Amino acid sequence: MKIRLDNVVKTFDTFRAVHGVSLDIESGELLALLGPSGSGKTTILRMVAGLEYADGGHIYFGTEDATDIPVRERGVGFVFQHYALFPHMTVSENIAFGMKVSKVKRSPEAIRKRVEELLALVQLSGLGERFPGQISGGQRQRVALARALAVDPRVLLLDEPFGALDANVRRDLRRWLRKIHDELGITTLFVTHDQEEALDLADRVVILDKGTIVQQGTPEEVCRNPENAFVMRFLGDANSLPATIRDGMAYVQDVAYDAAGMADGTAEVLFRPADVAWREDGHGVPAQIVRVLDRPDSRRVLAKTTGGQSIEFDTAPEFPHRKGEAGFIDIRRPRIYKNG
Amino acid sequence: MAKHLSGRRPPRIGDAPNFRRALIGIVLFFVAVVVIAPLAVIASHAFSKGLPYFAAAIAEPDTRHAIMLTVMTALIAVPINTAFGIAAAWAITKHDFPGRRLLLIVIEIPFSISPIVAGVSYLFVYGLQGLFGPVLEAAELKIMFALPGIVLASMFVTAPFVARELIPLMQAQGRDLEEAATSLGASGWRTFFTVTLPNIKWALLYGVVLCNSRVMGEFGAVSVVSGNIRGQTNTLPLHIELLYHDYDAVGAFAAASILATLAVITLVVKVALERQGAGRRSRPASLAGNDSLSEVKP
Amino acid sequence: MKRRVLPGLPLSLGITLVYAAIIIVLPLIALVFKAASLGPADYWRIISSDRAVASYVVTISCAFVATVFNLVFGLALAWVLVRYRFPGRRIIDALVDLPFALPTAVAGISLTTLFAVNGWFGGPLSALGIKVAYTPLGIMIAMAFTSLPFVVRTVQPVLEELDPTLEEAAQTLGGSDLSIFARVVLPLLTPALLAGVSLSFARSLGEFGAIIFIAGNQPFETEITALLAFIRLEEYDYPASAAIASVMLIAAFVMLAVTNLLQARALRYTVRN
Repeated sequence: MKIRLDNVVKTFDTFRAVHGVSLDIESGELLALLGPSGSGKTTILRMVAGLEYADGGHIYFGTEDATDIPVRERGVGFVFQHYALFPHMTVSENIAFGMKVSKVKRSPEAIRKRVEELLALVQLSGLGERFPGQISGGQRQRVALARALAVDPRVLLLDEPFGALDANVRRDLRRWLRKIHDELGITTLFVTHDQEEALDLADRVVILDKGTIVQQGTPEEVCRNPENAFVMRFLGDANSLPATIRDGMAYVQDVAYDAAGMADGTAEVLFRPADVAWREDGHGVPAQIVRVLDRPDSRRVLAKTTGGQSIEFDTAPEFPHRKGEAGFIDIRRPRIYKNG
Repeated sequence: MAKHLSGRRPPRIGDAPNFRRALIGIVLFFVAVVVIAPLAVIASHAFSKGLPYFAAAIAEPDTRHAIMLTVMTALIAVPINTAFGIAAAWAITKHDFPGRRLLLIVIEIPFSISPIVAGVSYLFVYGLQGLFGPVLEAAELKIMFALPGIVLASMFVTAPFVARELIPLMQAQGRDLEEAATSLGASGWRTFFTVTLPNIKWALLYGVVLCNSRVMGEFGAVSVVSGNIRGQTNTLPLHIELLYHDYDAVGAFAAASILATLAVITLVVKVALERQGAGRRSRPASLAGNDSLSEVKP
Repeated sequence: MKRRVLPGLPLSLGITLVYAAIIIVLPLIALVFKAASLGPADYWRIISSDRAVASYVVTISCAFVATVFNLVFGLALAWVLVRYRFPGRRIIDALVDLPFALPTAVAGISLTTLFAVNGWFGGPLSALGIKVAYTPLGIMIAMAFTSLPFVVRTVQPVLEELDPTLEEAAQTLGGSDLSIFARVVLPLLTPALLAGVSLSFARSLGEFGAIIFIAGNQPFETEITALLAFIRLEEYDYPASAAIASVMLIAAFVMLAVTNLLQARALRYTVRN
């Protein structure tokens, strides 16, 4: 099922949560809505589900205008951040709930069989008689997924699905969710504030800030070509140095970087900690080492430019230099963004 | 084309407009019948013969005596129960000792027991037929059918009121503050007055107000132990019964209006205190059944 | 490490135990003692006399009806107060506690006046052929009035705290309002409802002041057990009064045990994360 958002707007009281968002989600795609809190990503998800109504614009499921279809008729599977499992029902009863209340009558035998299938799919066979309070967080999340899948939804929506879990459990569940998605091929939309999760899991990432889409693309596209400073910063650690653009060149102190096609004015040069080489002499921005931190697989160097800017970069564990030494930072892959 | 109103929310269950209106209508109807009508009927009858007649009914010597006796009972019973409530809450929430749960159950017993049973029980302690009856008679001490009996019966029915407000609150607040204060060298009394009391004052006041309301209005238990001697051992609620059975409706309702006014004031104070965070929100139906109280702290 | 012990245990526990012993426990022991002094045969004869049994039937059946009314009405009232916003909601919320604040004698004469044949409600009702005052119906109304707040006040906080995502989850799964209420909301409210119901029933069994005015107090018809205990006392038949009061005491303890049991069950699904 292809989902299309056309200029969707949502306002809470006076707060505009979503400003005219348009977005196409291809059939069978696994798409991440990524953004900081307050970026409107959960609101968009809830509007697709019908748990909020859009104040403007349209949401299409295929060719059908689903904007005003009530949630219970929309045919979505929704997985809540804190699972929202019914605490008084067993795991099996939770999974069977959607089939029991459905207008499509199924025999108890058919329901039981489907529950068994879903338990096997989420690798929880044998735990059907437990109550949600008796299983772990990761298991609860899988029950929530099975429950959402039980109604054969047209689209699967997940709100921060791994937000409440430990780091190791998250990584396992992430890979596992990808596998399930590949098996079922269901159009899936999930919300996260964790860029690693989005990049790890999604076919396509939509990055949101203050209720608008700031960039969308494959993980490769957004990583290799962040279109603005916000995306650059949001996707990972970034150093920033002020620059001035003159005649198609960006100058950081006396060092020039190619800025072809950019108008004259102030700008900032952003770069990843991994994209720095330390030179004892020669090309680069002059700086002094402030501290050296050791990590299992690398060293992180904290330095200060002669212009007074703090920067951090990663080096091999063999990096020989010490606190107090002066040198030059050579920036590979600088990204230059105009201010304002 | 859909109408797009700002802040439009999908309906939660039971939000269908007709259902909502019907349910509110039914509920308001019953509240009017059950709660508002009794208040209205009191006012209507108390003033049915005009204000001067009402004033005269209130000023009638037996009524005045009943008011005095009720106030006197409250002045004795409420402070004693308050002290008991504070002591019980301090012992139960700030210390560990075997039998805490049993003690909680005992403190709450009066809530479960008919006031009549309470009154009858007191008779079998201090009455002529009771355990101490012969001793008391020999010593010429009169407890039953006198003020002490009325006070004792009132204390029984309201014994849990203050403790019931304080215990869940003080349990939730834990012991850290008191432990910090005593580790800094504060005495027990100083710790209580400067650290504990400021944090429980609204709940304490809440309990005291409810306790007072019940003491002044208690009928069943007091009815057994007072002997209903007009102008002597008749509290206000008993006096209302007497006037009512004498077919003095205006007198009965005039006296009732005093207690009804007290009830309304109690409700107003209660709401004000609930705004300060005191009251029912955190209160379990039964203290002893509250799991957090039975948890053994490491 | 031994945990630091706060001061004041001997004093506070001393006061508590002495007070609880003298004020609460001693009278109940005296009552049991008095009832026990009767001997099994006499005791049984008194508590199983026709008039006593009739009073149990009146009391229990009226308390049952009053409690069922309060179950339905209390749930509706709690729902309206929590889920809907309308003018006057806060006042209604405060007025719910009036039955606890209003002295029972005052409630008794007010309800009797309202429901007497010449009263505001009694008049129209008797025109319809329904007599309330001095009938079991009057007892039920008095019981329902005095125990009205219990169900509301036990259900209200649970309803307020009910996780809205449970309802949303049920909606995304296609549940109708009715099926979500029946399968999700009601089961989650059940422990609170049962606790409220048992408190309400216990209160109705023991209520005296509000009932005696409206009941008519005819033996075998509208005489409640509490009144019978009182009447025996006025007849100076102390052992009989003690026996009947002891039956009420036992009933109260049974209800107390039931309430605690239900509350323990209420925590059965509680998950601590």
